[in-house]
Amino acid sequence: MFKYFPHTEEDLQEMLKAAGAKSVHDLFDDVPEAARFKREYELPEALSETDLRLFFEQLTAPDNAMQLVCFAGAGCYDHYAPSVVQNLIQRSEFLTSYTPYQAEISQGTLHYIFEYQSMIAELTGMDIANASMYDGATATAEAAMMAWGNAKKANCVLMSETVDPKVRRVVETYAHFHGFPIKLVPAVNGVLDRSALDKEIAEGGVAGLIVQQPNYYGIVENYTGIADALHEQKGIFVVNANPSDLAILKTPAEWGADVAVGEGQSLGIPMTFGGPGVGYMACTEKLMRKLPGRIVGQTLDNRGQRAFVLTLQAREQHIRRQKATSNICSNQSLMALYVTIYLSLMGKEGLREVAEVSYAGAHSLRDKLIATGKFKDTFPGQPFFNEFCVDYEGDLEALLDECTANGYLAGVQVGEKTLMLAVTEQRSTEEIDELVEIIQQFKEEEAKA
Amino acid sequence: MNRTLYGNLIFELSKKGRKGYSLPQDYDRTHTTAELPEALRRKEAARLPECDELTVVRHYTNLSHNNFGVNDGFYPLGSCTMKYNPVINEEIAGLKAFAGLHPLQPAVTCQGALEVYYNLQESLAELAGLSEFTLNPCAGAHGELTGLMVIRAYHESRGDVRTKVLIPDSAHGTNPASAAVCGLEVVEVKSLADGTVDVEHLRQLLSEMGSEVAAMMMTNPNTLGIFEPRVLEITKMIHEAGGLMYYDGANLNALLGECRPGDMGFDVMHINLHKTFSTPHGGGGPGSGPVGVRKGLEQFLPMPRVVEAPTDSCTGESYVVDWGKSFEGKRGEELSVGNFFGNFGVMLKAYAYILSLGREHIKEVGPLATLNANYIKERLRDSYLLPIKGLCKHEVVFDGLVDKSTGVTTMDVAKRLLDYGYHAPTIYFPLLFHESLMIEPTENESKETIDAFIDVMHKIAEEAKTDPELVKTAPHNTPIGRVDDVLAAKQPVTTYWKTIAES
Amino acid sequence: MAKFEEGLRYSESHEYVRVEGEYGYIGISDYAQHALGNVVYVDMPEVDDEVTAGEEFGAVESVKAASDLISPVSGTVVEVNEALEDTPELLNEDAFANWIIKVQLSDPAELESLMDKAAYEAFCAE
Repeated sequence: MFKYFPHTEEDLQEMLKAAGAKSVHDLFDDVPEAARFKREYELPEALSETDLRLFFEQLTAPDNAMQLVCFAGAGCYDHYAPSVVQNLIQRSEFLTSYTPYQAEISQGTLHYIFEYQSMIAELTGMDIANASMYDGATATAEAAMMAWGNAKKANCVLMSETVDPKVRRVVETYAHFHGFPIKLVPAVNGVLDRSALDKEIAEGGVAGLIVQQPNYYGIVENYTGIADALHEQKGIFVVNANPSDLAILKTPAEWGADVAVGEGQSLGIPMTFGGPGVGYMACTEKLMRKLPGRIVGQTLDNRGQRAFVLTLQAREQHIRRQKATSNICSNQSLMALYVTIYLSLMGKEGLREVAEVSYAGAHSLRDKLIATGKFKDTFPGQPFFNEFCVDYEGDLEALLDECTANGYLAGVQVGEKTLMLAVTEQRSTEEIDELVEIIQQFKEEEAKA
Repeated sequence: MNRTLYGNLIFELSKKGRKGYSLPQDYDRTHTTAELPEALRRKEAARLPECDELTVVRHYTNLSHNNFGVNDGFYPLGSCTMKYNPVINEEIAGLKAFAGLHPLQPAVTCQGALEVYYNLQESLAELAGLSEFTLNPCAGAHGELTGLMVIRAYHESRGDVRTKVLIPDSAHGTNPASAAVCGLEVVEVKSLADGTVDVEHLRQLLSEMGSEVAAMMMTNPNTLGIFEPRVLEITKMIHEAGGLMYYDGANLNALLGECRPGDMGFDVMHINLHKTFSTPHGGGGPGSGPVGVRKGLEQFLPMPRVVEAPTDSCTGESYVVDWGKSFEGKRGEELSVGNFFGNFGVMLKAYAYILSLGREHIKEVGPLATLNANYIKERLRDSYLLPIKGLCKHEVVFDGLVDKSTGVTTMDVAKRLLDYGYHAPTIYFPLLFHESLMIEPTENESKETIDAFIDVMHKIAEEAKTDPELVKTAPHNTPIGRVDDVLAAKQPVTTYWKTIAES
Repeated sequence: MAKFEEGLRYSESHEYVRVEGEYGYIGISDYAQHALGNVVYVDMPEVDDEVTAGEEFGAVESVKAASDLISPVSGTVVEVNEALEDTPELLNEDAFANWIIKVQLSDPAELESLMDKAAYEAFCAE
């Protein structure tokens, strides 16, 4: 017997008899002999719950899982989440249910997705949001396909070079196989080169443009006028925005975006080594029926009560098969619940406060690093939010090793000399000062010796 | 589950000035966002709710009471493998030491996580009979797409232009949809009356277009729960035509312990960790859809990859992350399908499950799931029409009630089940029958649970005769009644803002 | 029971065309609207778009199904039935009175290959 299998010997005998078999293996008599697996799996023997705990305790011991003070970002951020979020997420009614096909016993899920869609629509300013995507990168790839599919005559989708290279790589992969070219628009001083963009748009045949805000390097770009230029050519404007920063920053809708996408991890989801996070995707009403993924809508039940239900399903794979807007079948529902509960608690003021504290911390850290005399701005004069790049005068790898040894993840190296650091509201003034102190004290020569 | 509706939206509970958080106040305020040029700032604050903590706690707790999960009762949703989600796995995935890891921190500081990652890849390869796995895809459909990309990359590397993919007409909708996203043309292979692939039709298709076929996608056991008896012949035919065989792992649970896709001749496959490896479905996600390949195809798997550290490494790591050559964002030889390396939190649960069961219990999964399904099949066939008589695997498909004279449909039966405290089976899929009712019990359900379910199914069949209106108007005992799907689709209201704009 | 109207030309994919001079009014047959159920959305082309006989020009969606619209004739779209944007259920109410697009025919000879009422009725009965 095993704790997850309830079948006693007596049960087995009775059930086998009803099924007309002598042993459970007879139930596989329809499998060709050559396809039968006859040896033991080469896997460890079962661990008791006690041993399982010990095993994972060992794997999370400090030398196996070093808890670093995190100044790294690059698409994954160490934000605060109220204790309530994790606690409510664990409710088994949410955790152990499936996609809400049976609306009558799934109002919990449908209801919070409706709230989630409302919150994403409000943060981005867009008309409609779907029930979520796998992550920010795949949501961006879906947006690229949406742009391509929407265009009547086009020969490419444009993408700014200031989009996160990890995201760019995913978009490139999807586009390559789906069958359309991605043209990269170059950057100058860390921002999209507008004259290069104007030239591309003037050439015509542009299905859409993908930009990021704040961009990969943390710079808040000015996208004024881009939407109009694109719309004149019937191209669509896709803005990948960090939703946390949208408490302060101009919304994708205000930039004139047709589609807004991004990674929602910064809204209450732990980093967990990069996943699961959640992709969000929102668009204008005009593009509603081209939106991929699940969408929850409001309706009435036969008792006259307000109720929620999966809707606009004629877009989806189970109905349209190869003509569906996407192959996506699920959403990251539970991660959307993280976001919904987080935003319910933080609310209108909390998200702004998070943005203020992060902004203040990042700018303070940048000032202090420049003051050490060992760094200079990688992109002088560019406005940034809570992430920025600086160039180090010495051996950056050695410096980062030194920080790690002192328990600090000092950022992400994005060039031979370039370090990208992110500060969230979780980073105290003491931690910022200690990081600066470690860097100040670091003497390369001694490290080498 | 609570039988009355909790109907408030969080926005309706909001009151200006309330807050549900606390943040440190002692920070350096030299810089504020007011420094940013006005052109970069939003005009009006986002209308997020303003609620105190207890209001939020009660709101979501009340909402959960209107939901039904595996922990609430039997959930025989065919094709979704709603097995028990062990609680210990949640404890492990919630360990702070994992939750706090940044994906870009140096490998030497996160060897524990990389070891889990690497060992899970290896365990899946052994269970599938394949060479190597990537854990990057986030869901089953994502895995399908990734697998097809791998297949296309393989053909491209040989300069072989192949644009067609063969898919049985019984396949899940994601198969043709994934193929279309991957730029492939779908060609349907017909099924025989018993629901299995029509091999003669396949032969004919291959003779017409064999050199253009990139792959055939197959679910086995298929969507009717039937093991494809001629699978070995089919994989051989595709290979002879130069194509690859893709295994859709949606129904892998049936086979654990009894056979492996790799041994049947499949080249590429995905596994749904949220089905076969017990991770919770979470209301639709996050899942995880690892993709495995046979020997010779490893180099086409997407980046990044978790690999064993080179033996000459002097920093002392056992495992490292290979980000690939093309980290610069250009698709060179390499593919990439996600932000980082997939849903690590889900992988922890799947690995804990594999370790808990161990080699001695994993092999019991398929047989017990199959026994439960066959038991249901035999016990229900007098009331429900069984279109395919032989052995089934982990799930069984009925074609509605035997007695169709009452006008009670599969939809009605499904809704009536909700009244009795069960989740409904999958309905109206597969499309091969008009009144499909697809039941998947999983290995975790006891004989008592299944017997009680069977009794209720018989009772509903009886009600259909004695009081058909009762069944046709079900459910009666749920927080809401049947919903108006047409209204929802005709005038879509998908945000709170639209509800207040119209009122 | 589905209705069939005299004087129209029908395609095997269940579209009809009503010819008036050099124009054709294209819609879906009553048989088709029955099969679809409650129509919730009609995806229509824009004025001046070209349509080609045998090729898709839009789609009709119900809650649980979607069906591509295949043009029975070739030509240029001169008008779309805008009433269907807000009230797609008109197709359920009267599929023949509520055409979907009006097309200036470029090749009237194509009409010959379409079915008349009797042939279409027989085709649907199969």
